[in-house]
Amino acid sequence: MSGVATAGVASGGSWFSRKGNLQALGVFLFVVAGSVWALALDTRFVYMLVYVWFGLAYGMLLQYGRFCMASAVRDLFAVKVPRMAVGMMIAVALYAVVAAIVTLSGFSTFHPNAMGWHIVVGAAIFGFGIVFTGGCASGSLYKAGEGNMNSMLVVIAISFAQAIVVSASGWWDRLVPASWVAAAAAQDMPAELTVTEGWFDIFTAGHIWGLKGTTTAEIFGMAESVAGIVWLNTFLTAILPVALILIALYVFYYRKGYLRRSGKAAPSFGDELAGIWAMCTSSKNTALAGIGLGILAGLHMYVTGALREHYGIFNFGELLVAMGYTNGLSIQDTVFDPGYWYITTQEAQWGGWIMQKLGIDSMDSIFFGLDNGLPNPLLNAPGFMSIGIILGASVMALSRREFKWKMPTWETAFFAIVGGTLMGIGARLAMGCNIGAFFATVTNGDPSGWVFLIGMTLGAFVGVKVFTWWMDWSSARKASECGL
Amino acid sequence: MAMSFNKTGDHEWELNVCGYTCPHPQMYTKKALQKIESGDVLSLIFDNPSSGESIQAMCEAEGSDLIDRQEGSGSFIWKIRKA
Repeated sequence: MSGVATAGVASGGSWFSRKGNLQALGVFLFVVAGSVWALALDTRFVYMLVYVWFGLAYGMLLQYGRFCMASAVRDLFAVKVPRMAVGMMIAVALYAVVAAIVTLSGFSTFHPNAMGWHIVVGAAIFGFGIVFTGGCASGSLYKAGEGNMNSMLVVIAISFAQAIVVSASGWWDRLVPASWVAAAAAQDMPAELTVTEGWFDIFTAGHIWGLKGTTTAEIFGMAESVAGIVWLNTFLTAILPVALILIALYVFYYRKGYLRRSGKAAPSFGDELAGIWAMCTSSKNTALAGIGLGILAGLHMYVTGALREHYGIFNFGELLVAMGYTNGLSIQDTVFDPGYWYITTQEAQWGGWIMQKLGIDSMDSIFFGLDNGLPNPLLNAPGFMSIGIILGASVMALSRREFKWKMPTWETAFFAIVGGTLMGIGARLAMGCNIGAFFATVTNGDPSGWVFLIGMTLGAFVGVKVFTWWMDWSSARKASECGL
Repeated sequence: MAMSFNKTGDHEWELNVCGYTCPHPQMYTKKALQKIESGDVLSLIFDNPSSGESIQAMCEAEGSDLIDRQEGSGSFIWKIRKA
């Protein structure tokens, strides 16, 4: 681009003379102090602190790269900008490579998602919602760290929507067919879970448990071999689709403008490759964040896997019991502990825990009672990863003078709550969000993540159409005021 | 704060989308650039950092020049000359 003049605010004085830097340092030291306190209580809290510090690093990188997967699909349709879609593909490629190394080293914590139509439906609802909230699940967390209270509203809406969805019963139960009720009843589950009551329990026990989740290497019976992990899980399931998507993004969204700017009327193959490279590096912040997030996400699995081996556990719940914390565990003495970057389930636990304190108990649900538990937020390890993302984004935003408290208006609050609710519903139907059901899956050889991306893209496409219609209607209605 | 779009002089316009998060700023900017004439300058005021990346990419794709950037305290004032 020609004629760009960057004129920031005066940057004189020492590093410590800037208020934002000091505030960022304060947030960082707060996390350090909290970590020291936790370790002083019990050194085994290091397991939880891994989530905290990876969350902090994720938050810093997300803010640095303006890395929001909602933007990846939404901005393609809304303003025809592929920046974030490219960044997301870079992150997927890097995560896949590191995940392969982690799997080969025997420390992978990954479990495939069940494949089925529920992914497309849930992802489409999720994708529709993210257009209105202005951020995906992780994006909303990092934007909350920038001081955006609309995004905090989105997080709250996601939390409660999920908690209500997984524990609701009564008329909700009419949403599921009788065959699922019969299949759920045949699961021989403990009576306290009442799996034939509550539509999400019936959906889970009567439908999801009957579906198969697998990696590509497992499909071909090569899950234990190096060739299966490298070629089938990493190359075929992640790298090849990423390459094809990057080519498609270049052809449909970048090539025309690039050739015009570079003055190449008859481009050679080398020119086309240079164009793809220019597209990948057009936003250096986003590309660097993609590289960093991809590598960190893989390392996160490695560190958690190594700690599980060190403590001889499969789940953080076992460590909590050993430390004497038994409240809020599932009937299997487990809590939600994916061992990698994940967002929505811990937010559901926040919502469920608050509802429990208000007298609405949902521990008779499969989601909380059998699988994830409802631990105190102070003992919720992945929950601290989400808090870490908020704090990490705050550190970065404060140090870059981009932090600003932004309070919701009635209009933005409406979008945040409705969109966040749809995201929560979609994430639970699809068994995860764009991180847990897409980013963490395709990078570990589970093709169900691409199904999620297709559903999310379809939902975002429809969402952009509806949002554009609303903007046009709103602008026309206020034409005398805004003139747009 | 509500969005505002005003003509501030000959071939000069101002769009203020402070308080809005994605995708409002980039979509309003797209609408504003469609409305003004080639060569006109749009002063864009926003406070959602991630929108800046998309707006910059949008300008680059359409050939519009980002001729000035003032940034600080969480707010951004960019001047865009439409191609």
